[in-house]
Amino acid sequence: MSLEDRSNALHLLKDHDTARESAAQSRAANALSIRAAKPADFASIVALDQQVTGLAKRQYWKEAFARYVSRREEPAFFLVAERGGEIEGFIIGDVRAWEFGEPPCGWVFAVQVRPQKRLGGLGTQLFDAICDAFRRAGVKKVRTLLARENHLVLSFFRSQGLMAGPFIELEATIA
Amino acid sequence: MRLQTSSSIALFAVLELAANPAHQLSALEIAEKYGISAHHLAKVLRGLGRAGIVDAVRGVGGGYQLIANPKRLTLFDVIQVFEPIGSRAAPESSRTVLTDASAALDLVLAELDQHAIATFRSITVSTMLKLMARRASSRQQSSRPARQAAARR
Repeated sequence: MSLEDRSNALHLLKDHDTARESAAQSRAANALSIRAAKPADFASIVALDQQVTGLAKRQYWKEAFARYVSRREEPAFFLVAERGGEIEGFIIGDVRAWEFGEPPCGWVFAVQVRPQKRLGGLGTQLFDAICDAFRRAGVKKVRTLLARENHLVLSFFRSQGLMAGPFIELEATIA
Repeated sequence: MRLQTSSSIALFAVLELAANPAHQLSALEIAEKYGISAHHLAKVLRGLGRAGIVDAVRGVGGGYQLIANPKRLTLFDVIQVFEPIGSRAAPESSRTVLTDASAALDLVLAELDQHAIATFRSITVSTMLKLMARRASSRQQSSRPARQAAARR
């Protein structure tokens, strides 16, 4: 092999390594990570919630962040799905003991996925992650409560295997 | 709560077609598996075809296939082709003599209807397939110890 050939081969190897590194970096940037929410996620969560519900609820999220992110009241879990520095979805739940006379169980009270990122299994990954957290907290059941007309989110929970539980929600107008 | 025979047959057919997306199934194959009348099933499949849920493929090796998206198609979508859900044909209050009792009974029946609609609307064909798979897997698990015990004997 001539010197010129060797030099070309070395360049090719270097180019190959650089391409591999940049592919690995791009894979890492595109990888989905599910982690506990941080105070810095506040603006993204408020914006995502507003995009989905059409309502800006800054005060509500301020209190939720104070309770579940800053003070980390356990056992409660506020998880976000992040890809490439962008929050694509979140799920929040806590463990409630002896509510309605039932043994401790996990309650999911918020789940949202950015509309453009739906149908890709992100909601399932968030739900699986919070169920793992509930299991680690020692509970064996997960519950949620939804409006009857919320067909989209009802269908999501049904697809995760949730069925009607042992309670019936009742209400009356007292005004 | 009971479904009309046509609704049940339609659900069986849709689930069978959704579980076999790569194959076209004949009405006879589905009818034999579920022990139902092939004549009645053919009528039901025509109804599902008119509703844009299934399509008939003619010719040798032809049969029916699901054309609706099983992740979006709900039990409600299938049942409502054959019977009204939550719109009772004769509410108590439509009787000639309207009483407080019949109005109160209407309220209770409407509550049941709303629950039925919410349940049927929230369960997709994909979710039903998952439910069936979970049921099959738990049946296998529960029969395994019995088989093992029988083998030890």
